[in-house]
Amino acid sequence: MNKPVNQKAWFFVLPVLLLVAFNAIVPLMTVVNYSVQETFGNNEFFWSGVIWFEELMRNPRFHDSLGRQFTFTLTILAIEIPLGVIIALAMPRKGIWVSVCLVLMALPLLIPWNVVGAMWNIFALPEIGLLGKTLNTLGFDYNYTRQTGAAWFTLITMDVWHWTSLVVLLSYAGLVSIPDAYYQAARIDGASPWAIFRYIQLPKMKRVLTIAILLRFMDSFNIYTEPLVLTGGGPGNSTTLLSIDLAKKALGEFDLGPAAAMSLIYFLVILLTSWIFYTLMMRNEEQ
Amino acid sequence: MAKITLSDLRHSYFTKPKTPDDWALKQLDIEWEDGGAYALLGPSGCGKSTLLNIISGLLVPSHGRVLFNELDVTHASTADRKIAQVFQFPVVYDSMTVFDNLAFPLRNRGVAEDEVTKRVHEVAEMTDLTAMLKNRASGLTADGKQKISLGRGLVRTDVNAILFDEPLTVIDPHLKFLLRAKLKELHQRVNNTMIYVTHDQTEALTFADQVVVMNVGEVVQIGTPVELFEEPQHTFVGHFIGSPGMNVVPCTIESGSAIFGGRKIKTANKVTATTVKTELGVRPEFVSFAKTGVAARVVKVADAGRFNIVETNCQGHRVYLLSAKGEPIPSGAAKLAFDPENTRIYLDGWLGGRRVGS
Repeated sequence: MNKPVNQKAWFFVLPVLLLVAFNAIVPLMTVVNYSVQETFGNNEFFWSGVIWFEELMRNPRFHDSLGRQFTFTLTILAIEIPLGVIIALAMPRKGIWVSVCLVLMALPLLIPWNVVGAMWNIFALPEIGLLGKTLNTLGFDYNYTRQTGAAWFTLITMDVWHWTSLVVLLSYAGLVSIPDAYYQAARIDGASPWAIFRYIQLPKMKRVLTIAILLRFMDSFNIYTEPLVLTGGGPGNSTTLLSIDLAKKALGEFDLGPAAAMSLIYFLVILLTSWIFYTLMMRNEEQ
Repeated sequence: MAKITLSDLRHSYFTKPKTPDDWALKQLDIEWEDGGAYALLGPSGCGKSTLLNIISGLLVPSHGRVLFNELDVTHASTADRKIAQVFQFPVVYDSMTVFDNLAFPLRNRGVAEDEVTKRVHEVAEMTDLTAMLKNRASGLTADGKQKISLGRGLVRTDVNAILFDEPLTVIDPHLKFLLRAKLKELHQRVNNTMIYVTHDQTEALTFADQVVVMNVGEVVQIGTPVELFEEPQHTFVGHFIGSPGMNVVPCTIESGSAIFGGRKIKTANKVTATTVKTELGVRPEFVSFAKTGVAARVVKVADAGRFNIVETNCQGHRVYLLSAKGEPIPSGAAKLAFDPENTRIYLDGWLGGRRVGS
């Protein structure tokens, strides 16, 4: 069949192309531009090749913050995903409590991020905060402004409190979309609760869980506001995650070249990890 | 395998049913022989799925008992009843292969793996799934998935009965015929009690030895396909089965005989004078044009292949009749004769002189 060819249709794509160019491609290329140049002020730039990348790769400070970032992200994923699924499984499927549960679950997601940081900052203060004071009264030596362990504990608890709801809501959406016939068939086939979870609920939740893991991975890898307000990266550098480190370098020390190189590596790590994970998860999906 | 007895069964989805309409099932006493093929036929919302779910144990009836081989299972769980059920929409475990799907009910019951393999291969051979055993179940077509659902029922050796809940709804028309033939063949082969729920008379009549016709929560007739056709116990059965359905026209009773259109109509049954609604029922197959009879007017003729379906206006009522190809059809005014052997008087819908369930 001969279809009429009309190249004018490209004009419809043009507005989107312009939009994407100005909000993504141009800023990104500016960063690429900085990453291969050296400046000594006066708005003068000199070509420097890949030395910033080489330096960054050998920089223990970058290694440390990247390591901390992965530790943080993997820990919160290991807690939030199973916890979210368990809560979703426990939530009612019909009746008045559904909306109550959904609203309660959605609440933490509605709070601005810096407010979350400030809330937990005060909540966990050892002398006056409800959490900090209670822990100390119970005999735990807890001071997140001085102890690395306490700082990490607070940081992770805060993130779990803030973001598990997202996993819950996504998993719940996946669960309620399973037709009753599946559960009936499983009862007839004599499936145990574990078999029902393993062979019906989990496969049916696979897509939403993949999205949940991806979202939580990307968001937690980019996390900035909450730890900055909570600990400011301290004590010492113990909770200086990648984004905090980057901001220090770019804005605090004004090292444009190294900061740009770091941004690019940071971006590529997220992109690559997300791509590998998504490809692996979707490898067996039906075509 | 088991004989299934439903005794004084009633069910309502309301906790405190008030009006008769609150009952999804009004009053049921049915006995199903071991190894029989039964169909539950009725329009949507007549309670047939409710009944099926009560038998499989997914629902507990508000009143009455369910017996398998004289054993009361009314409150037994689905797993304990040893029932297999095929649903309207195919249920397969997407993440498993066809083999694992078929093996699932056995593995859940802790059957040894070599026995599982043996049974699965037997069942796969019966249901034509052998070539696909290693495929992922999610990739199959709708009829393939229904075969898996069916296979999961057949694979178990302890099954009391296999229940089908409108299993061909999502199957393509040309495959429906094949799958129906397959079911019939499997029934003869495994000799299990099978109960088939449908609103499609063709499916019910071709599959079952005995058809239970239901309407608004009660059984109106239980019988073989021939009985349902030739001797409908209720005008609903006459109307629901057959295409076009039975003609039902109001009549009056004078000294035991029916009067319609000012003429005395000979009927197969006699009734005494009564105060309830009286109707005359006759299938289009048993109405013919004649020299003397009830005056009517031909309205429409539809070609149905080997015969014509003639619609007439008879004393203000629509009456259909079938006329063989080549037979002359009067245009306009005509006289209709009703075959006395197959014309019956119905009282309040029920066949006069006899009443099912009382």
